[in-house]
Amino acid sequence: MSQATPAIHVDDLRKRFRTTQALDGVSLDIQPGEFFGLLGPNGAGKTTLISILAGLTRADAGQATIMGHDVVRDYRQARRALGVVPQELVYDPFFNVRETLRIQSGYFGLKHNDGWIDEIMHHLDLAQHADKNTQSLSGGMKRRLLVAQALVHKPPVIVLDEPTAGVDVDLRRSLWEFISRLNREGHTILLTTHYLEEAEALCGRIAMLKSGRVVACDTTRNLLQLTNEHCAQLRLDRDDVPVAWQDRLLRDAEGSWRINFSEYLELETLLADLRVTGVRVTEMHLQEPDLEDVFTDIMKRT
Amino acid sequence: MSGFSALFYKELLRFWKVVVQTVVAPVVTALLYLLIFSHVLEAHVEVYPGVSYTSFLVPGLVMMSMLQNAFSNSSSSLIQSKMQGNIVFVLLPPLSYLEFFLAYLGAAILRGLIVGLGVWAVTLWYAPFQLPHPVWLLAYALLACAIMAAVGIVAGIWAEKYDQLAAFQNFLILPLTFLSGVFYSIHSLPPFWQAVSRVNPVFYLIDGFRYAFVGQSDTDPGLGLLVAGACFVAISALTLMLLKSGYKLRH
Repeated sequence: MSQATPAIHVDDLRKRFRTTQALDGVSLDIQPGEFFGLLGPNGAGKTTLISILAGLTRADAGQATIMGHDVVRDYRQARRALGVVPQELVYDPFFNVRETLRIQSGYFGLKHNDGWIDEIMHHLDLAQHADKNTQSLSGGMKRRLLVAQALVHKPPVIVLDEPTAGVDVDLRRSLWEFISRLNREGHTILLTTHYLEEAEALCGRIAMLKSGRVVACDTTRNLLQLTNEHCAQLRLDRDDVPVAWQDRLLRDAEGSWRINFSEYLELETLLADLRVTGVRVTEMHLQEPDLEDVFTDIMKRT
Repeated sequence: MSGFSALFYKELLRFWKVVVQTVVAPVVTALLYLLIFSHVLEAHVEVYPGVSYTSFLVPGLVMMSMLQNAFSNSSSSLIQSKMQGNIVFVLLPPLSYLEFFLAYLGAAILRGLIVGLGVWAVTLWYAPFQLPHPVWLLAYALLACAIMAAVGIVAGIWAEKYDQLAAFQNFLILPLTFLSGVFYSIHSLPPFWQAVSRVNPVFYLIDGFRYAFVGQSDTDPGLGLLVAGACFVAISALTLMLLKSGYKLRH
């Protein structure tokens, strides 16, 4: 990992809302150019953390910086470096798409930004809706507009708080293509999502939060290796499985047999034994361990 | 374009897009007041010698409309943004609390002045044009709108529901503006209510503003301007303090 100024630096952040400790000493460093995932169940503190980075919430203790700029002391530079796509589907019904983006640019002090606005509208398929009032946009279009608003000032760091919640497959795919492209072009991405397969496919590194604490933080590859429980589902032409395997093979309601194993060698041995017994395998499905297994595991253990 | 001018522009565009509701409607309302009250009272009431009741009423109505609309602009903009959640659009950018304050203040002042001008324009059919003290008029109009614009910012930040803002408007702003000599001179009141009127800052705004039109007033217009100036400084200080602390905006 590089020694450059982290894109996002969070040190021992604490935040309490009345009776709940939303953040209980969170520390994280996200390097420039990373695609970083923040996972955790509802109420784990993900949105609170993002709100503190964005200046929407003030921490009780600890420090947060964006590209080296403190989010409180140096808030102007910090906010210039940050684009946030909020979780709620919010819009201002007084304006159309182009006005919304022009005004948003203006808030960042950008006067002649139409070239870039046209470009983002094009990439997010918003161009044909430019003159539509935001109120008349579909949910998916409103979501795209929120992404566009977060990008008007070309922020090096982009935070997406559950951007694909309730979004159809097409939009989800085009959104990820666009975000991945931004990431390849050097933007740092921080993503929270409930869709673990998305996080697994996109994020290079992942932190898991639970009750306001970081309970895991590693590369996606390392996290996936935390569990090596593979699973095979077999359909056999006869039911007399070898005695040696009777304890490990579990029969499910549909008449298939399931076996959990950690080494492929075990599966090979099973298949050889079946052949010796004269039992034929008519169907086989393999399930690789995924992030969901790891996530469930970590949430249970911690 | 700095952050301030973008926010100021957005606030202007916001009320201009619903100009019928934000400008035309209050002008029509004021005209109705004028028609009814001058019809009923014109022949019976002469508040100041040589000043017709309609001429007495016009400055009060203009001022009342300015006060209510300046308040309405900043408070409704903020509560709507909060309720709809789009307040984040102005909280995420690098806008300072001073820029925030000035933009909401400026737009609300402008709406107040436009409505005031509109009310005055339509009343010209009913009361002859006279303006002996234009500088007083300008000073009072600006200060009055500024005070209510700032009060509107405070109310908009404080209120968490439309209901609370409506309460603020109906139980505070409306009585303050109605009971401050728009329709009568406080000299016609019993001594107790005269004394009460004198601690209502809105009374000074209306009284001084009327002086600019008819050259007569219940109190010294200089004193009124002083009261108004002090009120503006106090309410601005409070508003800036709330904005700086992030009260109810940044949790």
